[in-house]
Amino acid sequence: MTNAQPLIAVDKLEAWYGSRRILHGVDFHVRAGEIRVIMGGSGSGKSTLLRHLLGLHRPRGGTIKLLGVDIGRAGAAEMLAVRRQIGVSFQGGALLTSLSVGDNVALPLRELTTLDEGTIRIMSRLKLEMVDLGGFQDLMPAQLSGGMIKRAALARAIALDPKLLFFDEPSAGLDPVVSAELDELILRLRDALRMTIVVVTHELESAFKIADTITVLDRGEILMTGTVDEVRGADNARIQDLLNRRAREVVVDADAYLRRLTEDRSRLD
Amino acid sequence: MNAISRALETLGRATLASLAGIGHAAMLLIESSGFALTGWRRGQPVRVPSVFEQMRAIGVDALPITALLALVIGIMLGIQFVAALGEFGAQSQVVVAVAKSVTREFGALITAILVAGRSGSALAARIGSMSVSQEVDALAVIGIDPVRYLAAPALLAMLAMLPVLTLFADVVAILGAAVYSAPALDITPWAYVVQTLALLTPGDIGQGLAKSLIFAILISLIGIATGFSVRGGAEGVGRATTRAVVLSICCIVVADMIFSYFLNR
Repeated sequence: MTNAQPLIAVDKLEAWYGSRRILHGVDFHVRAGEIRVIMGGSGSGKSTLLRHLLGLHRPRGGTIKLLGVDIGRAGAAEMLAVRRQIGVSFQGGALLTSLSVGDNVALPLRELTTLDEGTIRIMSRLKLEMVDLGGFQDLMPAQLSGGMIKRAALARAIALDPKLLFFDEPSAGLDPVVSAELDELILRLRDALRMTIVVVTHELESAFKIADTITVLDRGEILMTGTVDEVRGADNARIQDLLNRRAREVVVDADAYLRRLTEDRSRLD
Repeated sequence: MNAISRALETLGRATLASLAGIGHAAMLLIESSGFALTGWRRGQPVRVPSVFEQMRAIGVDALPITALLALVIGIMLGIQFVAALGEFGAQSQVVVAVAKSVTREFGALITAILVAGRSGSALAARIGSMSVSQEVDALAVIGIDPVRYLAAPALLAMLAMLPVLTLFADVVAILGAAVYSAPALDITPWAYVVQTLALLTPGDIGQGLAKSLIFAILISLIGIATGFSVRGGAEGVGRATTRAVVLSICCIVVADMIFSYFLNR
């Protein structure tokens, strides 16, 4: 394992939506084998960072290297090679609603490998067993509960035994017990499959339970990256607000406020 | 002054948006053809079963309603031509009038409008709801190009099935016309059909089929492009579906007029 070279290397990433700047020169490095949690409140830019990491947006500035490949400049073949080595579990699961759970998990195997149907069936059932959904392969996504959808999405994400797994908001919309079970599952999978895992969440409890290291993102800037204890003990006021669920004090800039009220719609587009 | 500049701005924005839309659709066409031709070499093959599945949904499932519509159009044309040509004592020309207008014009047009309403809207709704629920993103990050997986099979199926449906509609419409007009012309329906076959040239049928290929590209590209550009949840999907149907039908009618003009000069 090349511990020296990080699996994810993001340097000076800039992201804009129209004229709004979402990420301000973000640097973000993840080494092989760690569970990194990206933590931040709503609007902190964590979803935007994730979408850039997945190659769904091209960076406006800076570079993103996944597994040593600069995905901003990679060609289609290179990008496909990278994507075969990463798995993603989306916030809402994003299972294809027209396919059964088993077919969803088998989809990456069917489309990206030349394995025969028998092997694919066994492999996809194996992955469903790993996320405790054994025997549920014939159900449709609409028949599953919230927690089961997340686990099925996880099974699909690990179908090709990825080196790198992204998990968007594992506990969003789940009750505390189910969300705790999901945290356990993430830890178990890391140990079983030796994956590097990046989890995006705003749930403190879940973050502290699963993280090796935490990156705290706020208003498009990285406040700190450190171990759980380092983050807990940080004396940065914004981090403490986040940890103690304090409302942030909004400083009103009178000029900016007036500009927002009077500006033409076209300028915002 | 302000009002003029605002109007100009709106016009400019609309123009840019339509240009972007046309560009997007053209890119979808090029990419889909690319995946169909060389996708298997790049590890992104267009799966034959999914093309067949789309062919069933677009073509086979539309047979009953196409038959019904074509039959009614055929009878209607029969009624109109028998009445209109009868005024000039030119009833004997009914057969040729129906045969040419059905194969050159009505068969292709009616089928295309029907398929735009049935399958163009279904494409927009399916791809649109998949965009909204991040399924399109999920496909992309798995490494399955959404254009290859969702767009190319639909485009290929449409190109294969619309001409077939058009031919089917031609046959049914002429039979419909035969059923009504044969008694009025004092001939048997069978004689009517034989006369039609003698009068039709391959060019007449070819004209309808060539149009149906253009219509197939228009319907599928508009459906797919509006589907992929859906934003804003369930309401957005609804808007996209309506837009896909209205835009397809407008484009079909305009393309039909342009095509007819150049082919009949």
